[in-house]
Amino acid sequence: MNLRPDLAIIAKNVAPGSRVLDVGCGDGALMAALRDTANVDARGLELNPGNVAAAVGRGLSVVQGDADTDLADYPDQSFDYAILSQTLQTTMRPHVVLDELLRIGRRAFVSFPNFAHWRVRVSLLWGGRMPVTRLLPLEWYETPNIHHVTIDDFRAFVRERGLTVEGAWFLSDGRPARPAAANLFAEHAVFLLRR
Amino acid sequence: MSAPALGQNCRAVLPGPLRLDGGVLLSPVEIAYETYGTLNAEGTNAILVCHALTGDQYVASNHPVTGKPGWWTRMIGPGKPIDPARDFVICSNVLGSCMGTSGPATVNPATGKPWGMSFPVITIRDMVRAQGMLLDHLGIGRLKAVVGGSMGGMQALSWAATFPDRVAAAVVIASTARHSAQNIAFHEVGRQAIMADPNWNGGDYYEGTPPAAGLAVARMAAHITYLSEAGLTEKFGRRLQAREAKSFGFDADFQVESYLRHQGLAFTDRFDANAYLYITRALDYFDLAEEHGGVLANAFRGAATRFCLVSFDTDWLYPTSESRAVVQALHAAGAAASFVELSSPFGHDAFLLDSPELNRVVAGFLGNGR
Repeated sequence: MNLRPDLAIIAKNVAPGSRVLDVGCGDGALMAALRDTANVDARGLELNPGNVAAAVGRGLSVVQGDADTDLADYPDQSFDYAILSQTLQTTMRPHVVLDELLRIGRRAFVSFPNFAHWRVRVSLLWGGRMPVTRLLPLEWYETPNIHHVTIDDFRAFVRERGLTVEGAWFLSDGRPARPAAANLFAEHAVFLLRR
Repeated sequence: MSAPALGQNCRAVLPGPLRLDGGVLLSPVEIAYETYGTLNAEGTNAILVCHALTGDQYVASNHPVTGKPGWWTRMIGPGKPIDPARDFVICSNVLGSCMGTSGPATVNPATGKPWGMSFPVITIRDMVRAQGMLLDHLGIGRLKAVVGGSMGGMQALSWAATFPDRVAAAVVIASTARHSAQNIAFHEVGRQAIMADPNWNGGDYYEGTPPAAGLAVARMAAHITYLSEAGLTEKFGRRLQAREAKSFGFDADFQVESYLRHQGLAFTDRFDANAYLYITRALDYFDLAEEHGGVLANAFRGAATRFCLVSFDTDWLYPTSESRAVVQALHAAGAAASFVELSSPFGHDAFLLDSPELNRVVAGFLGNGR
């Protein structure tokens, strides 16, 4: 099975046999991998009904719903991990969603595209236009990404909230990128957080 | 004792007694049912299909009265999500109904006459307990799944709450965990229509003329709730029925009137008015949370049952919010739940119609996908 690189990182770092809530689980690719390779009890939340049907069709437990409104239904600390991959920047209130993740899960994996990647910077600096890149492929008026965030923004946010970073992984062209200059050279970041 | 009957047009007379929620002991309990497929040696492939208010056990075989194909052949059959080649399918006529299971139209052994209104008032849980007796009779311990739409979905929820150890999975389609004030209100209109028909005669009409006019009106009112405004507009609009102009009278000028009158009339050929009273009452009494201290999650706590809920976006009888309330309770109980709202122009009836998405979800959930 070929998982998206950020999902592969998450899959590799979830403890076997744990309980996982995948928020914005898409068609359930990560959940299926976790179930099949790590004996994980995975549950999903997904907005798109076609994706929900596909995931349920794979035998996964997925509920159609919106991360902005429906996380309130889940009891406190009912999962070992809550996962939010490539979804944070699409939510109406990312800070509330993050609070919810760490209320529901003892730990949270969060992955997002880095808006400070050099290609994005070049595009904005020299082109003067909102960047359209491989990871941000849509024009400004139709992109679902309404809260663009950079790696340094996220680090600052996590610090201000007093959260603990248990792990951080950075990707460029689907390959690991060095943490040192990640904010410039990583297209993509994955953080593992806890309170 | 001889082996229980299997296949089409089966009937079991079980000694009971069945203790009803209303306190009455019912004995014997007659249950009419159908089975499709074969129970495997391990007994792990049994699927109970529960029917809706006016449904019956003829889920995948021709109806003996109307001659029409089974009511859910889109879901059950060769190559369908529930396939008799793999699954052992059971569908029984619910308690209180009129297709062979004990109800107001069956004979009270104590009097030798039809029960009529002396039949005890029943609940959804009573229907489920009667089905449990049937499964005991058939030698089925644990169900692979219990599946139902509308009132069938309520039975599926009640099954999981009443017999959690006997249900591995529950599929609940276009349903709810409780009847709302609006649901009860529409049913009351139907019941009053029946009871206002002079032929109803306090429910004692089995030797005379049944209250067909009242039952037809009840069906017409209910039928509107099964459709959507958009669906009615698309199908009929304001088009006139076989005429060029309005008649300035009270004939069925509009196609929608003609359609409803036909639906009402056709219904009276196959359904008993008293059974309609009893089953609508059972629906109105249904409130799964109430049975569990007012907390719906308590109905599912500690259950190993997996749940799959499906709603339709144009269903205003049991709207998506009702399914969401169940999902919320399942989350609170820590149960494994799937839920999806599917899009359809056809309102509540969508669950009975062609829906590849519904089939894909149910097949996948049951592990019958590929």
